[in-house]
Amino acid sequence: MADTSRVVRSDGGRIARVLEQDSSELLDAWITAQSGVLSNRGTISATELRAQSREFLSLLKAATANGPTGTGTNGPAWDDVRGFLADLSRSRAVQGFSPSETATFVFSLKQPLFSRLRRAAGSDADALSDDVWNATLMLDELGLYTTEVYQKSREEVISRQQRDMLELSTPVIKLWEGILALPMVGTLDSSRTQVAMESLLQRIVETGSDVAILDITGVPTVDTLTAQHLLKTVNAVHLMGAECIISGIRPQIAQTIVHLGVDLEDVVTKSSLADAFRMALQHTGRAVIRSAPPANARAREEA
Amino acid sequence: MTVLRCETMPVRSQQDVVAVRQSVRSFAVAQGLSLVDQTKIVTAASELARNTLDHGGGGTARLEAVSDNGRTGVRLTFEDRGPGIADIARAMTDGFTTGSGLGLGLGGAKRLSNDFDLWSRTGEGTRVTITRWK
Amino acid sequence: MDRIPILRMGQFLIVSIQVDMHDRLALTLQADLAARISQTGAHGVLLDISSLEVVDSFIGRMISNIAGTSRVLDAETVVVGIQPAVAITLVELGLSLPGVRTALNIEKGMAMLREATAGFEEADAAGRNSLSECDDDSAAL
Repeated sequence: MADTSRVVRSDGGRIARVLEQDSSELLDAWITAQSGVLSNRGTISATELRAQSREFLSLLKAATANGPTGTGTNGPAWDDVRGFLADLSRSRAVQGFSPSETATFVFSLKQPLFSRLRRAAGSDADALSDDVWNATLMLDELGLYTTEVYQKSREEVISRQQRDMLELSTPVIKLWEGILALPMVGTLDSSRTQVAMESLLQRIVETGSDVAILDITGVPTVDTLTAQHLLKTVNAVHLMGAECIISGIRPQIAQTIVHLGVDLEDVVTKSSLADAFRMALQHTGRAVIRSAPPANARAREEA
Repeated sequence: MTVLRCETMPVRSQQDVVAVRQSVRSFAVAQGLSLVDQTKIVTAASELARNTLDHGGGGTARLEAVSDNGRTGVRLTFEDRGPGIADIARAMTDGFTTGSGLGLGLGGAKRLSNDFDLWSRTGEGTRVTITRWK
Repeated sequence: MDRIPILRMGQFLIVSIQVDMHDRLALTLQADLAARISQTGAHGVLLDISSLEVVDSFIGRMISNIAGTSRVLDAETVVVGIQPAVAITLVELGLSLPGVRTALNIEKGMAMLREATAGFEEADAAGRNSLSECDDDSAAL
C-alpha cells in the first residue's frame, strides 16, 4: 500500500487531476487573487484577464498531464505554456505593467492551487508536501520566466529607442541637387559618429550626390578619437567617389586638431556652412547670382 | 561566454577562403550584426584565412556564434601548424609582409574586430582569434 | 567561373565584377585586362564593383595594380560603385586606394572617363580622317 502511494506521489499526476476537476472553481479563486493585486490598474479588462487565466490553466493542464512535473518546465511539453507566458509578459511590458505585477500572474495561482491540493490529498501529509513542493517548483520557474521575458522586451524597447534617437540626431539634408549636408549637434561619441557616417554614405549612394558637407558648428569639443572618426568619414566619402567638405570648425577645435597632430591636410575645410555650400555649388558647376538689389536698398533708392 | 553554434571549416585552397567568407557572412547575419559590422568581420576573416593558407600552409577556421552578458557576436579562430611567426610585433605592423599582400592582414584584422588574440610559436604554428560584437 | 568578362565599348573597356572572387581569379582578371588594353588600344577602363560585398587587402591591391598598369599602358581607370559598408571597412583596414579614381555610379564614371580622355578622342578622330598623316599628327601633338 505504501509502495503504490509513493508511485502516485512522484508522478505529480495529482496536480493535473486537480487542474482538471476543479478547473472552474480554481479559475474563479485565482482571478479573485489576481484582482486584489491589479485592482489599482485600469489597463486590463476583467474579461481579458479571465480569458488569459483560462487559457493558461488549460495549457498548464495539458503540460502537467503530458509529463511529471518534477523534471522542470523546460521540456517540449511546456513549449505552449512558455510561449503563452512570453506573449503575456511582452504585452504587459509594453502596456506598462511592473515586473512584479507581471510575475504575479503566475505566483498568485499558488494559494488557490495549494488549497485544492490539500483537499485532494486528504490526510496524506507526505503526498501533500510532495505536491506542494512540485507545484512550487513549477510555478516559481514559470514566474521567473515571465520576469526574464519582461526584462528582455523592455531592453528591446530601450535599444530601439536609442537607435531611433541616434538616427533622429543625425539627419542628412539635401541642400541642392547633388549636394548633401550633415549638421552635427552635440557631443560626438564613437557610436554616434559611426551612425552618422553610415547614414551619410547611404544617402550619397541613394541620391547620387557629388558633394557632402559635414557641418560641426554645433559640436562643442573634439577629441582625438572624434577627429579620427571625422577623418575616416571624409576618406570613405572620397573612396566612394564624392567630395567631402567639413564646415563650422570652431577656433578651439581647430587648435585642438593641430595640437593633437591629426592630419587634415587633404581635407577641405570651410569656416561656415554658407561658404561650404558656395564651394559645393562651384564644384557642381553652379553659382548663386543676385537677380535684383536687396529690398532695403531698393527702398532707399526710391525714397 | 556561451557558444550558441559552432562550425569548423578547412582552409586548404583559395576556394576554401571564399567558402569561409560566405559562412562568416551567414553567421554574422544570423547574429544580427549590422551591414557594416558584417562587412568588417567578413573582411577580417578573408585576411586571416589567406594568412592561414599562404603563410601557415593551410589549416582550419572555426566559426562560433557567441553570447556574453546579453551581447551577441561572432568569434573566429584560424589555426595552422605552419612555421609560426618569428617576430609578432613586426608582423602586426602595417606594410610588413613576407607574402604577396599589402601587409595589412594582421593589423587590419585587428582594427576590424573588437577582440583580437594572437598565439604563435616558431615551428609549431599560429592561432588567431577575433570577435566582433553586435 | 574562371574568368571575369571584359566588355569593350568604343575606346573604353568595361568590367563588372559580380562574383565573390578567389585570389587566382583576381590575378587572371589583372592579366587579362592588361592584355586587352594593349590589344585594343583602349584609353579608359571602367571597373564596376557595386556587387562586391567585401574588398579585402588582396582585392584592394588588385584594384591599385589595375589602375597602375592601365596608366602605364596609357589608359585611365575609374572604379565605380564602392558600397558604403565596403568604403568604411577599407578606411578601417587602412586602404585608401591612392592614385585610383572613383565615382559613385557607372554614369558618373563614364562621364569622368570621357572628360579625362577628351584629348585622345580628338587625336583618334584626326588619325582616322587622315591616315597618311597620322604619324606626323601625333608627333605634332
